[in-house]
Parts: sequence; C-alpha cells; structure tokens
Amino acid sequence: MGASIIRNFPSWSIMLCLFSGIVSSVLKKRGARLVNTILLLSVSVMSGALLIFTWNSGVAYTYQMGNFPAPWGNELRFTCLEAAIALFFCIIMFLSLFGGNEHLNAEVEGRKHNLYYVLTDLLLASLLALLYTNDMFTAYVFVEINTIAACGLIMVRQVGRTIEAAVRYMIMSLLGSGLLLMGICMLYDMTGQLLMTQMHDSVVQIMATGDYHVPMTVAVCIITVGLAIKSALFPFHAWLPDAYGYSTVGSSAMLSSLVSKGYIFLLIKIIYRVIGFEAYHDTKIIHVLFIFGLCGMIFGSVSAIKENDIRRMIAFSSVAQIGYIYMGFGLGTFAGMSASIFHIFSHAASKSLLFIAAIGLTDVSGGSRKFSDLTGAGYRHKIAGVAFTVGSLSMVGIPLFPGFISKILFAQASIQNHGKMLPALIVLAISTILNAIYFLKTVIRLYTPVENSEYTVARAKEHKGYTLALILFIIINLAIGTCSEYLVNVINGGLLNEIAEGGKSLLNLLQTTLPA
Amino acid sequence: MGANLLSNYGEVIAMVLFGLGFGNLLLQKNLIKKIIGLNIMDSAVYLFLAEKGYIESRIAPILVQNEAGELVRDASKYINPIPSGLVLTGIVVSVSVTALMLSLCVKLYERYHTLDLDKVAAIVKKGEQ
Repeated sequence: MGASIIRNFPSWSIMLCLFSGIVSSVLKKRGARLVNTILLLSVSVMSGALLIFTWNSGVAYTYQMGNFPAPWGNELRFTCLEAAIALFFCIIMFLSLFGGNEHLNAEVEGRKHNLYYVLTDLLLASLLALLYTNDMFTAYVFVEINTIAACGLIMVRQVGRTIEAAVRYMIMSLLGSGLLLMGICMLYDMTGQLLMTQMHDSVVQIMATGDYHVPMTVAVCIITVGLAIKSALFPFHAWLPDAYGYSTVGSSAMLSSLVSKGYIFLLIKIIYRVIGFEAYHDTKIIHVLFIFGLCGMIFGSVSAIKENDIRRMIAFSSVAQIGYIYMGFGLGTFAGMSASIFHIFSHAASKSLLFIAAIGLTDVSGGSRKFSDLTGAGYRHKIAGVAFTVGSLSMVGIPLFPGFISKILFAQASIQNHGKMLPALIVLAISTILNAIYFLKTVIRLYTPVENSEYTVARAKEHKGYTLALILFIIINLAIGTCSEYLVNVINGGLLNEIAEGGKSLLNLLQTTLPA
Repeated sequence: MGANLLSNYGEVIAMVLFGLGFGNLLLQKNLIKKIIGLNIMDSAVYLFLAEKGYIESRIAPILVQNEAGELVRDASKYINPIPSGLVLTGIVVSVSVTALMLSLCVKLYERYHTLDLDKVAAIVKKGEQ
C-alpha cells in the first residue's frame, strides 16, 4: 500500500511544481512566496521518502504516466540517486531563495515579485523532470523550459548588464538545445524509439550489426556537445560570468548550483541509459571531453585570478569546477563517473554558499564588488566572512569540506586509468594551487584589518533570515564533507542500477574499473 | 555514397539548412538575424523529422473510408504519425523561445539603441571604465 503510493511521488512533485507556477502567477508577492515555500517543503519531504524507499529496496523503478504501457506511454524512472539529487536540489533552492530574499526585495519591482516565484517553480519542475524522465523528447521539452526559466531569473533584475547577459545566455543555450534536438531526432530515426530503456535495446542491436556506425557517432557527439554548451564546458563558457555575475544573488546561486547540473545529469543518463557506457567510451568523444575538462580546470582558474570583481571571480571558478566534472566523465571509468556526480553535490553546496556570502560582504563595502573596497569586510560582516571562508576552503580542497572529498575521489579514479592518470593528476594539482591562489587571496583580504573604515558594520540581528541561511549552508557543507561515505554509497548504488538495467555483465565491468 | 545522397535529398537539404541556421545563430552580429537563424535551424529539424516519418505511397494518419465505405484501420496504409507529433511539440517550443528572444530584443534596443551585439558589448565596456 505504502509502496504503491510512494512510487507516485516523482510525478506528483513535477505536477505540483507546474501547478504552483500557474497559481502563483495570479497571487500577490506574499502568497506566491508562501506557495513556493510550501512547494519546496513538500517536494523535499516526498523526495526524502522516495530516497528512503529506493535505498531500502535497492532497485530501479519505472513509473508509467497514466498507465500506458511501454512503446506508447511516457515513463519516469528513478533510483536512490535521482531521489537524493532531487532532495538536495530542493534544499539548495530553498536556502538560496531564503538568503537572497533581502536583495530580491531591493532589486526587483514590487509587482513582479510573484513572477520571480513563478519562474523558480517552473525551474524546479523542469529540473525534477530532467532528473526523473525516461523519455528523450520529454527531456528536450523540459530542457527548453529550464532555459526559459533561467533566462527569466537572470533578467528579473533590470539594472546594469543583465539584459546583455540574458541575451548572450539565450543565444548559447539555443545553440545547445538545437544540437540536442537534432541529436535526439537522429537517434529516434535510427532506433524508432523515444523511451530511453527501449532505445538502448535498439542501440545495442545496431551496434552489434555494425551498420549506422557513423550516424550513431554523429548523434552521440551532437548530443554531448549540445549539453556541454548548455552546462558551460570550457570553450563554450563565454556567457557564464556575465549571467552569474550580474543577476540578483538568489538567481546566481541557483543558476550556478542547479541549472547547469540538471543538464549534466541528463548527459549522464543518456550516456548510461541510452548509449551504454562502453559504446559511449568507444566513440572517442570521451577523450575530447577529458581534454576540454582539463583545459577548463586551468583556464577557468586563470581567468578567476585575473578578475577584480568578487562575483565574477566566483562565476569563473564555476568554469573550473564544471571542467572537473567533465574530466571525471573523460576518465571513462565507473569511479570517474561516481566522482563527477559527487562533485555535482559538493560544487552545488559550496558555490551557492559562496554567492550568498559574497553579497553580504559587498553590502558592508558600500555595494562595491572590487577587492580594494572589500578589505576587512570579514570583520564588518562576521557570519558572511566565516561562510565565505568555509566555501573557499571547500573549493580549495581542505579536509572536512566537500571539495576535499571530490578531489580525492577524482585522484583515486584517475589512478585506475593508466593512459590518463598523469595528465589528470598533474592538472588536478595545478588547479588546486590556482584555486588556493584566488580564494585564499580573497580570504586574506577579507581579514586584513583597516584602520578607521568608513563602512558600517552589519549586525546579525538585522539580517536574521540571511544569517540563518548562511548557517544552514555551512552545516550542509560540513555534513557532506564529513559524512561523504553515505553519499558515495547512494551514488554508486544508483549508477550500478543503471548499469545492471543496461543489460551488461556487472561483474565484468566492476573487475575492470574498481580496485580489487 | 552519391546515390544515397540523391535518393535522400530531403534529409540532405534539412542538414544543409540546419548548418545555415546554426551558423547564422552563432556568427551574425545583428540580433534579428540571429533569431532568423534560430528559426531556420528549428525548421530544418522539423523538415528532417517529416522526411523521416514519410513513407512512400502512404497517406496522412487520419482514418479514411475505402470504396466500400468502411474505415481503413490497417496501419500499413498510413505514414508514421510520431514524427508529426514531435514536430508539433517542437513548433510550440520554438514559437515560445522566439517570442522570448524578440522581447529581449525590444528590451536591448530600448536600453542601448542598437541591435548589434558587438556595439552593445563596446557600450557595456565603456560604461564600466
């Protein structure tokens, strides 16, 4: 009885998000905010229940929308991994909105506030749909919804450079989704299926006969490049610093930590569930991802060092972190993929914390984002200073914080791939040093005392919501950093389910990719 | 190879159009031309889908009557309906994205009085210094 209800939770959460979006469009600001809070809480509760349920059973579930059987109906498919990511996304979104609320009130026109919550509801709906869906075309449609919602979140603050940033973001995103759509159409033409699981069976048959080898490779490459553009892999990252740097702070935190991760997770699903990991490995595009990932790790950090604007510096650091994730894909091992997914969690937790903390620091420096004005800001806004330090330490990879765990997982994964071990480890080391240069430089500047500063000191009592959000963010970061083995178990459990469903000999794969 | 291309000329045209649209969206400086490129690119995908769903000497998948007045329920008489459905969905998506882009265009023009993205970038840079 309970189990049959819990299986409905993914579709319920998506529907609930869509309906809250519609309802919020006619509500006033307070009502829309209340609906959004209730929505996030209820989706968190449902995802949590789903996580416990799927973790205990340890298998993957397929949910048929409207009970239409496989070739005709639309399907959702979920394991403990999807449930965990959904729960995590809800928490990060809740805290980002909570922490960015003060600035939202100041920066957005009063009558447009409910529209902001409409956009966040739709963003959550599309993210959840990208996580759960088992249908390629549904995935494409929700990718577009995600893009539109993200564009709205960037330009809801109508000052400064946000319009230009939104235009740039839209153009790059549309290029990416055009490629994705073309790739999906090609895959559909070759396989005759739209559901991921059924598509995989046809792909295996096609691969076995050896026909259509070139079109298959082209389709896989197009899809990968399309999603890489949308998630700002290194050579396609030009839109990112403006989009993250100038939007209102809650949007920046959500965009950097959630939106790009949705696309990355979709790519992971396509790799595992549609193409099959070994077939994907054979297409060689994995080496391209590896090289671009490595380049991103270096060039993202170098750009961040050159930056004189704290928000843009954090945004450029995202380029480097996305590079880490694609580098993990490029290693081509199970451990590499698992490390990438762990980095999705750790980067999301730390980056949203950094964005939210940075805004508190700039507030006590006369609203300036330049480093020269930020000197000593750690004393003027104590909790924001501490939070920024925590985020920085995590990004650099100090033990106790999530960044350390993902770095160690990447290092362990690279050791198993003999050809790529040396470049991966060297670049990992260089990138860590570069991270340390710009993050610790900032932290030192924050705690450099200035004599008779003209700026006011912020009191925690005046910013209760903001302080609480930062404290919760710090707790989440510490929790991921110290209890990482549970998270790694969940990730590996979810990935193993994908592999087992893909019809591969699990043992064979484990022997080649996991240490004895 | 050449014969293959000739017999599948619809797909070839679709691919060429896709390339044209993609190039325009990527390289044009003028925002309106970029949006035109976007529409060419999306239409090329729909042409590709329609071409792939079409089967020679069959009719649109709407139930029709034969000479005896009975409904023809035999699926082998009709073309594949799914690509048509995908095209419809795709058109909805592309219309909404185009509308969003055009409204962004209006906003951009109101602020910078130009649609040339390079000029906008120059103005933005000037404003920073």
